[in-house]
Amino acid sequence: MVLLLVLLGIWELYVDLGGVDPLILAPPHAIASALFTDRSLLWSNFLVTAQEVFFGILLAAVAGFACAVALHLSSRTLRPAVYPLLVASQTIPIVILAPLLVLWFGFTIFPKLIVVALVSFFSIVVTTLDALSAIDRDLLKLMRTFDSSRLRTLRHVELPAALPGLLTGAKIAVVVAVIGAVLAEQAGADSGLGYLFEQSIPQLLTARAYAAVVMLSLFAISLFALLTLVERLALPWAHTSRGDRHE
Amino acid sequence: MDKMIEAPPQEPRDLDSPAGVRIEAVDRTFATRHRPVQALSGMSMRAAPGEIVAVVGPSGCGKTTLLELVCGLQAPDHGLVWSEPAALMPQRDLLLPWLGAVDNAALALRARGVSRDAARETVRPWMERFGLAGFERTRPAELSGGMRQRVSFLRTLLAGKPVLALDEPFAALDAITRQDMQGWLAHVLAEERRTVVLVTHDVEEAVVLADRVVVMSARPGRAVAELEITIARPRRRTDPGVVALRERALEALGLGG
Repeated sequence: MVLLLVLLGIWELYVDLGGVDPLILAPPHAIASALFTDRSLLWSNFLVTAQEVFFGILLAAVAGFACAVALHLSSRTLRPAVYPLLVASQTIPIVILAPLLVLWFGFTIFPKLIVVALVSFFSIVVTTLDALSAIDRDLLKLMRTFDSSRLRTLRHVELPAALPGLLTGAKIAVVVAVIGAVLAEQAGADSGLGYLFEQSIPQLLTARAYAAVVMLSLFAISLFALLTLVERLALPWAHTSRGDRHE
Repeated sequence: MDKMIEAPPQEPRDLDSPAGVRIEAVDRTFATRHRPVQALSGMSMRAAPGEIVAVVGPSGCGKTTLLELVCGLQAPDHGLVWSEPAALMPQRDLLLPWLGAVDNAALALRARGVSRDAARETVRPWMERFGLAGFERTRPAELSGGMRQRVSFLRTLLAGKPVLALDEPFAALDAITRQDMQGWLAHVLAEERRTVVLVTHDVEEAVVLADRVVVMSARPGRAVAELEITIARPRRRTDPGVVALRERALEALGLGG
C-alpha cells in the first residue's frame, strides 16, 4: 500500500515537472478526475465488459469442468489424443480469431463470450484434471468394495474432489479473461471498456483511457478476491485437510 | 424424497455353512517398472463364517495383495480365491475431507444408492456406540486419529458385507491410541460378529483380537504357521496365554528369541 502511494507520487511528480507530455502519460490526478467526471460513461461501459467477462468465465467453467471430467473418465484412451489438441487450441492467436468471430456473430456479446471462454478454458481444464488425477487410487478401490457404480463414485467422490481444481483454474483465468474481453472489444464493438479505451486514445483523452485501464484492473482484482472468498466459504476443507491435522 | 429405510447390517451367518473365506495355493505376481515381483506364492488360508483371522507377516509379504484378492479387487494368477462379499477397511482412513463424520460413515450406503436422509438415519444410532456422539458434522481434519479410524471402520461395517477385510487398521496410530482402539475393536466385533480377515504386522494385536493367527513368510508370501487362539475374551496383552502365543508367533516369524 505504501509502495503503491510512493510509486503514484513519483509518477505524478515526473509528469508535473514536465518529464513527459501528459497526453502520452496522464498524471494520476488527471486519471482520478477522469474516473470521477466520466463516471457514468465508464460505469455503463464497465457493465458491458463485466458481463462479457463474467459469463465468459462461467461458460469456460462449465465447458472446462465437463471436458476435464470426460477426459478423466476416458483417461487411458482419449487423453493422449485430446490433450495436445487442447494445448494447440491455446496457441491460436486471439488477435486473429477475434475479428473472425466478429465477422460471424456481429457486434453482439457472443464473439466476446467466446474469446473470454477460450482464453479461460485451458487453465480450468488443466487444474480440474489435475485435481481428478490426484484422487487416491485406494479410495476408488474402496468404493469398488462398496459396490459403488462408476456414476455414484463420480458423484460422491470425484466431482467434489475436483471442485477446488475448478476454482483454482478460474482464479488463474480471471486475469487473462479481462485481457481477452478487451481484445475482443477492440476487434469490433460499440461499447465496453476496451472499446472506450480504443476510442479515447485517438481523441487524445489519455486520462479517460487510463481510467478505463484502472477500472479493468480493479475488476480483475475484485473477481479474484470474490473467487478466493467463494473458495473459503464453499470449500473450507480444501485448505484445512491439506495442512496439519489437529490430534 | 426417497423414503426407503435401509435394512440393518446382516446378522452373523450360520457357522456350519461352507461360507467364509477360502484361499488355496494362490500365486500372484506383479509387473513393476523394473521387474516382476512375486507377492504371493502358494498362499493358503481360510476363515470360517464369523471367525476372526489375523494374518501377520513382515512388511512387503503380500498382505495387502491378499486382502485385495479377498475383496475381488485382484484375481490370482494361479490357485483358488473364494470369499463371500467383502468390504475393505484401508490402512489410511481415506475419509472424504468435505464430509462430516456421519456422511463419511454413510458413504458405503450412499454408494449403494440409499438416499442421504435414509443413510444418515441408519448411521446416527451407531455414532454413540462408536464414541462419536457430538461429532456428527465434524470434518475429518478436526477429528483425532482414533476417531477417524472409528469412522472408517463404521463406514466399512455399514457396507453390510458378511466379510470385513481390515488392512492394518491401527498402524498409523500412536501406541496409546492403538491399544485403546484394539480394545474397542474387540468389543465391537464381539457384538457385531462378522467374518474378519485382519492383516497386521503387530503380533500382539493379532493375538489379542483373533480366533486364529496365520503367520506369513517374507516375500513371496505364503502361510508358514497357524495358531489357534482359544484364550477367553476379553484378553489383555499381559495375560500369560497371550504372552506365550505372542512368543510362538514371533518364533514362527523367525523373530523368536
